[in-house]
Amino acid sequence: MMQPIDLPDAEQLLTILAGQLKPVINSETALVGIHSGGVWMMERLLPMLGKNMKHGRLDVSFYRDDFGQRGLHQDTLPSQIPFDVEGRHIILIDDVFYTGRTIRAAMNELFDYGRPASISLAVLVNRGGRELPITPQFCAHDMQLPANRNLQLMQNAEGRFYLTLEESQDV
Amino acid sequence: MRKAVFISLWKKAKMYNPQLTDDGKLKHLLSIEGLPKSIITQILDTAESFVGVAEREVKKVPLLRGKTVCNIFFENSTRTRTTFEIAAKRLSADVINLNVSTSSQSKGETILDTVDNLTAMHADMFVIRHAQSGAAHFIARHVKPHIHVINAGDGRHAHPTQALLDVFTIRRYKPEMHNLRVALVGDVLHSRVARSEIHALTTLGVPEVRVIAPKTLLPEHVEKMGVHVYHDMAAGLKDVDVVMMLRLQNERMTGALLPSAQEYFKTFGLTQEKLALAKPDAIVTHPGPMNRGIEIDSSVADGRQSVILPQVTYGIAVRMAVMSILAGNN
Repeated sequence: MMQPIDLPDAEQLLTILAGQLKPVINSETALVGIHSGGVWMMERLLPMLGKNMKHGRLDVSFYRDDFGQRGLHQDTLPSQIPFDVEGRHIILIDDVFYTGRTIRAAMNELFDYGRPASISLAVLVNRGGRELPITPQFCAHDMQLPANRNLQLMQNAEGRFYLTLEESQDV
Repeated sequence: MRKAVFISLWKKAKMYNPQLTDDGKLKHLLSIEGLPKSIITQILDTAESFVGVAEREVKKVPLLRGKTVCNIFFENSTRTRTTFEIAAKRLSADVINLNVSTSSQSKGETILDTVDNLTAMHADMFVIRHAQSGAAHFIARHVKPHIHVINAGDGRHAHPTQALLDVFTIRRYKPEMHNLRVALVGDVLHSRVARSEIHALTTLGVPEVRVIAPKTLLPEHVEKMGVHVYHDMAAGLKDVDVVMMLRLQNERMTGALLPSAQEYFKTFGLTQEKLALAKPDAIVTHPGPMNRGIEIDSSVADGRQSVILPQVTYGIAVRMAVMSILAGNN
């Protein structure tokens, strides 16, 4: 049986994150969401931070380091970076920061579009368990979760965000 | 007793699909026949993601880094070989091209010896083109479990990646596959492409597939594949959404199947006038290489309804999808 763990309100976390990001946004900044939670967040953050911001979306399936073990992800989505990456300050957006491997894959993919001036990372929750020297610069909530739990951002029918915690299939 | 053993063996053989792993994943791509719709859709969806890769600064992804892909072509084909080569290189694989018709086979080496030698050189994937139907199946049955085989055309049997890139192109221009009328025109008899295309279209739920050809260029009982047969372009092209032209396979023709190329063009060649009978927004595909003035008029091949060059571009994305799905299913 899973011990009940209190989860923060994802909508509140999004407001906190937007507050952290606002001061660093300028005309050279672009938001890039990582499928799928990060893309939902990016879509919500855009009107909060400035509608005309450059933005894109990444599906890191082709850059994952576990391709050899797991094969290709069943439902890959096209990555779309419809702006010039060269010289831009990019903020990667993801829902949950865990091992850092997804972010490594995302950075590798971004560099195949060009050489950005900088990349920073914004997440709703840092759940602990980092395996690489990568850490979010903007984070709305820190918590420690055991490895057998899977924390995920969800969206209800009205588009409201909430977090779920499930027992993970693979540890 | 003997009959019972035979039937049980036959059933076993029928259930065994050499293309799939025990848990139903794609292990080899040998023919469209026998592929579930879910796998075809997975290949097409994955290919969508690869289309964008070609438009980036770096046209490569690292999926097949450290893998070796061998293109073994026992029969010439510049376009297919080149697109497989580009696809493998864009996946970061190392690629070796063997044009066997000019190498050791002419010195008497058997196919399996060629394959074994390449396996000893640590190849991970074979792309096979052969004039003999069933060659890729034969090699797939023989190779070690970690090796994947892709059929790049075997005799008159199948050319699955061509069919996949054709349906991918159709889906991009006409996303509602459940609402399409598609006509295949030309040499169905000798065409492995036609066979694979018909399987792909019907599996994806295209409700009406027509074949238009002279009787001499149609296989017997072709209607059993679920197609409507026409011998007349005017009737066959009426109101279709997609016209899939086939190449007249001169090199595979024996005997007098056609009166002459000019005669053929007059009756079955696709001209603007004949194309006007299809829907106004109908698209025209051709697997290449084209025989201009024999099966297709230049004004159609280069016209606004032609998607022949996009087919070539999408062919790379589709082959990248197939290779990366196979390489991941070990």
